[in-house]
Amino acid sequence: MLITALNGLAAAATLFLLASGLTVIFGATRIVNFAHGSLYMLGAYLGWSILARLPHTPWGFALGAVATMAALALFGALLEIGLLRRIYRAPELFQLLATFGVVLMVQDVVQHLWGPAELSLPRPPWLRGFVLLGGARYPRFDLIVIAVFPVLLGALWLGFTRTRWGVLVRAATQDRDMLAALGVDQRLLFTSVFALGAALAGLAGILALPDGSADLTMDLSAVTDAFVVVVVGGLGSLSGAALASLLLGMLQSFGVLWLPRASLVLAFAAMAMVLALRPNGLLGRPLAGRGVGEVVAFIRPAPRALRLAGWFALGAAACAPLILGPYALSVLMEMLIAMLFAASLHLMMGPGGMPSFGHAAWFGIGAYAAALAVHALAAPLPLALPAAVLLAAFAAAAFGWFVVRLSGVYLAMLTLAFAQICWAIAFQWGDVTGGDNGILGVWPGLGVRGFYWLVLALCAGGTLLLRRVLAAPFGHALRASRDSSLRAEAIGLDTGRLRLAAFTLAGAAAGLAGGLYAFAEGSVFPTYISLQRSVDALLMVLLGGVQTISGPILGAFAYTGLYDTLLSLTDYWRFVLGAMIIVLVLAFPQGLAGVRLPGAAR
Amino acid sequence: MSSMARITRRGLLAGGTALLAAPAILRAQGEQPIRIGEINSYSAVPAFTLPYRNGWQLAVAHINAAGGVLGRKLEVLSRDDAGKPQDAVRLAGELVDSDHVDLLAGGFLSNVGLALSDFSKQHQKLYIAGEPLTDALVWQDGQPFCFRLRPSTYVQAAMLVEEAAKLPAKRWVSVAPNYEYGQSAVKWFQQLLKAKRPDVEFVAAQWPALGHIDAAAVAGALEAAKPEAIYNVLFGADLTNFVRQGNTRGLFEQRAVVSVLTGEPDYLDPLGEETPEGWIVTGYPWNSLKTPEHMKFLDAYQAKFNTHPMMGSVVGYTLLQSIAAGIARAGGTATAKMVEGFSGAGFASPFGAASYRPIDHQSTLGTFVGKLALKDGKGVMVDWRYVDGAGVMPSNAEVAKLRPNTP
Repeated sequence: MLITALNGLAAAATLFLLASGLTVIFGATRIVNFAHGSLYMLGAYLGWSILARLPHTPWGFALGAVATMAALALFGALLEIGLLRRIYRAPELFQLLATFGVVLMVQDVVQHLWGPAELSLPRPPWLRGFVLLGGARYPRFDLIVIAVFPVLLGALWLGFTRTRWGVLVRAATQDRDMLAALGVDQRLLFTSVFALGAALAGLAGILALPDGSADLTMDLSAVTDAFVVVVVGGLGSLSGAALASLLLGMLQSFGVLWLPRASLVLAFAAMAMVLALRPNGLLGRPLAGRGVGEVVAFIRPAPRALRLAGWFALGAAACAPLILGPYALSVLMEMLIAMLFAASLHLMMGPGGMPSFGHAAWFGIGAYAAALAVHALAAPLPLALPAAVLLAAFAAAAFGWFVVRLSGVYLAMLTLAFAQICWAIAFQWGDVTGGDNGILGVWPGLGVRGFYWLVLALCAGGTLLLRRVLAAPFGHALRASRDSSLRAEAIGLDTGRLRLAAFTLAGAAAGLAGGLYAFAEGSVFPTYISLQRSVDALLMVLLGGVQTISGPILGAFAYTGLYDTLLSLTDYWRFVLGAMIIVLVLAFPQGLAGVRLPGAAR
Repeated sequence: MSSMARITRRGLLAGGTALLAAPAILRAQGEQPIRIGEINSYSAVPAFTLPYRNGWQLAVAHINAAGGVLGRKLEVLSRDDAGKPQDAVRLAGELVDSDHVDLLAGGFLSNVGLALSDFSKQHQKLYIAGEPLTDALVWQDGQPFCFRLRPSTYVQAAMLVEEAAKLPAKRWVSVAPNYEYGQSAVKWFQQLLKAKRPDVEFVAAQWPALGHIDAAAVAGALEAAKPEAIYNVLFGADLTNFVRQGNTRGLFEQRAVVSVLTGEPDYLDPLGEETPEGWIVTGYPWNSLKTPEHMKFLDAYQAKFNTHPMMGSVVGYTLLQSIAAGIARAGGTATAKMVEGFSGAGFASPFGAASYRPIDHQSTLGTFVGKLALKDGKGVMVDWRYVDGAGVMPSNAEVAKLRPNTP
């Protein structure tokens, strides 16, 4: 019992190290830093290189930790000055996207510099030591990690309450604009905060070395852990992050005793529960009204030229099977399905104003519903596809009922949590879902051409329907509740129900896309629900531009084409893709469609 | 290249209309290389796939230097699936339709292997899987167009059961990553061990999420069950974490540990001086295996890449050797002919001779079972013996039951 509690404390300390940097950065700059896991990974790799050159004594280790933190602080500062400073005014999800570009680039850079093999640090005797507690051996290093927790919390608390710098950071957390109006140079402030956050991530990285190793997958698994902690604790709240770390650390440690199979689901379930009860996290405050009242161009029917181009493209697509071979058709199908998927996400995050970071959940539910209908019930395609749509719509409605009152980053994170739970179920529940081996042999039984025309009809039809919905009174009401929910309610709109309806509709459309994808690929796998898939959809929408309807369509084709090309061209596709994302975000904060049709009503 | 074009042109001129009437003459000239479409998770699992790529590149160089196969050179078109089965299938489509490859090969992840196998069945193209370990590939989802090289999860577990049954331990616990590989590795081990030793019981099981282990909590939970022996399926970073926590806490002292794949340099090297001595493992003792076929491979590999081979290197090298042998035996590259030729084809490997079984298209390539030990601060395998894959397979009647589509 004592040992289990100590294990929980050590886990909590590790989580807090990761999450404190993330929450501090968010508090001041409002940037959700997806690259925090990459900073952590860099800390581990750099720490490995530095510690290997220092004496293997406690002082050597401490010196190495300080050097690593300094290096990461410098890297963080450069990242802030070079990239983030330029996009503080961009929409939240654009910032998220830019930091995701950094994640991709860092992965390839680290692999290039340190090689693909896992790197472990030899442990000198003082790191292997243990103390006897009630007859059981407990690692001394874990006690050190536990001790870091209160020391760090105390130091940060002092820094934020007792120094002028800390006061300014807290002021920026509460009201950035007021602080700027008072003549404080925010640039220096934000750079220093980002450097601090990066240094903390570096510390977390180097402290992970003695108990494990540096490897290339640690960045994404760390950043999802850190997100959960920060969201449960309340974004920007340091004490909240501490409390959430304790809660989740203990849950993890006692959880493996009682529910060894559910370790992955537990943390996300806890997060969902906390947010359902306290929408701003344990100790979080509602964020200052950012984005409300932003003037967004009104979406009108497409201009004649665009409409003509659209019909022409549709006609060309309909003739494609007469000219193209099966492989080209399969690529086209992939693009069409991506188009519907992206359009459904666009409905939610554009006009619906509900950013989603887990849109792959509905896609995956649709795909698995279709595959299971074919396999377990021997249903043919005309039954399996409606099953996919219905199940995805039902799941979206049920989940949406809990979350539509949330907003912004919290909503994005809760959708992420839901998608991760779906992924864990698909990945781990092998008896039903086939686990990572997936479900195979889900073929449409139509022939390539016939199925292609079906995909074209359903995807183009679905996308046009979504477009029509936005032009209907429902779409106007939806935008009204996004732009000013107070005024919308004052004129008698039920904003909750509107958002729920949009959520369900988007889920259903994504489910249809998923069902079609299952048949197009002939199989389903947990990768359909992975974080990567959700990010793909986001990239398509953001590339195309959130505030246009043609945007996601263009974005889906551009991204799918780009990704497929890069993958076969270079080993370093992640680096190139990441760099391109960053360049795009910096150059065209309104997306591709915003470039093509400047000033025109879309 | 230019001489090839000239000969073809001369042939065209000389043959004139006869050539148009009989395009087979063109093929018979044998200058076209045999094209192998190779797909693997190069960017997603670089620790395995980069040594693997070295391995097959070495084999291609060896085979082509010796004159190729059927007088034709081998050409490998390699693609990265980024760890996603759907991408692997798309790339396979491109390789088959646009690049006109003669056969497909590759795969590391089980789901990529299964997806490629399904593709090969749909498109009636031959697919030779290298690494994917899942039993489904040759059994439940087995199909005529797919062959697999590596000893499967079942074989690995069955080899270890032979050793585990000799141990006095009765109270067992298991720890495995919570996904299909971990689940079937535990299932087979329990089933086979109980058949040999009805007196053993499995008193606890830990299922950490892949790549997400809380090693302290897992080690604590295993210790709390007071086991006499531990069965481990963890690998990679999860394994390193687990071993370090276990060493500090004394989890492995006075206990037998049986562990899958841990003797492979890919997973053993990172353990370094923390390598737990006495663990019974499957693996690849590259520095103490002195057979002539391995020494030849080892020297060539080290000369070319300046580092020692990993398990992946052997898989990549042997994969290409087996493909060359299969095509040579088939006498051509028509798919139906190759399926026939590969069934029962014998091939050489750094571990010795092996062959593709006609009954389930699984190769008989085996692996090494031995114990972990420390030597100069590095982990090594000692007291090992080679176990041929053919010796630990279930009986043919059972295989027929496990594989509904027995050819």
